[in-house]
Amino acid sequence: MSGVMKRMGMIFRAKANKALDRAEDPRETLDYSYQKQLELLQKVRRGVADVATSRKRLELQLNQLQSQSAKLEDQGRKALALGREDLAREALSRRAALQQQVTDLETQHQTLQGEEEKLTLAAQRLQAKVDAFRTKKETIKATYTAAQAQTRIAESFSGISEEMSDVGVAIQRAEDKTAQLQARAGAIDELLASGALDDQSGLAKDDIQAELDRLSGGTDVELELQRMKAELAGGTTPQQAIEGGDGTQQGQAQGQGQARPRFDKS
Amino acid sequence: MIVRIMGEGQVRLADWHFAELNRLDDELLAEMETGDEAGFRRTLHALLGRVRELGERLPDDSLEPSELILPSPDASLEDVRSLLSDDGLIPPL
Repeated sequence: MSGVMKRMGMIFRAKANKALDRAEDPRETLDYSYQKQLELLQKVRRGVADVATSRKRLELQLNQLQSQSAKLEDQGRKALALGREDLAREALSRRAALQQQVTDLETQHQTLQGEEEKLTLAAQRLQAKVDAFRTKKETIKATYTAAQAQTRIAESFSGISEEMSDVGVAIQRAEDKTAQLQARAGAIDELLASGALDDQSGLAKDDIQAELDRLSGGTDVELELQRMKAELAGGTTPQQAIEGGDGTQQGQAQGQGQARPRFDKS
Repeated sequence: MIVRIMGEGQVRLADWHFAELNRLDDELLAEMETGDEAGFRRTLHALLGRVRELGERLPDDSLEPSELILPSPDASLEDVRSLLSDDGLIPPL
């Protein structure tokens, strides 16, 4: 009973021999195999491009999710400044769900980057071997009779076909991984588009912002009224809550402006 | 002898390392057959580590067959099982 390494060696060699046995004139095998090698190289390059496309798409999604997350944090802060802890809690719990997605996508991103690097290196190795094979092939065709060529061909053929099998497995794996991620990315795109990610409460899209606008709008008017009243009475003006300061209830005495109502909305 | 690490390329090792690699290789096979995923991972990484350590990389443009072939470091137990089955993972040439 031989171990894993030996058995795999045998399996790869058997594959190469099978391919070699199919040919009438071994020199034809060389040309045929070279064609197959070029096709495989094309396939690997396409694979690298596909993985890169997937990676870029993930990067875009990550950016979107992160800005969404920042927005929710901002809303949470605002809501808290307006004394609406319930709203702030809602914003922050949505943000937590988003962060989960972000962490998830970052892991996927790393996986893809790894695949991309591996495939790029595999393409380089294969290219170098294919070039070496072409040189050998021409030498064999020019120098040997069909009978003599047999052994020479077997030598160079087993080396290149082993590489081809290896790269073939790598490219399949990369394709599988990319397909899985594409499906996920599609799902996230849909979520982002539908706004479901920032709406787990089933309320309308960006209901938090609407509520904040309503609150702060109302507050602005209230504050303005209070300010006018205070000015008429010659008192101080309460600070706008939205400015999220330290909450000290002091008028913003700025040298001037004390004696006039200010209509600058922030 | 020449050993291929799938996805990484080939290395050349002195033949007298064979006994040590063989022992690890038998362990790997036993773990694969009992389905011991954790043990399999450990042994595979030990095996790859030794091959990388003891071996000397072959140039990319060499055209030599390998005597031994090792799965890539992130291959799962299932991947290796299907590599060892006749037409498992390896695409036809």
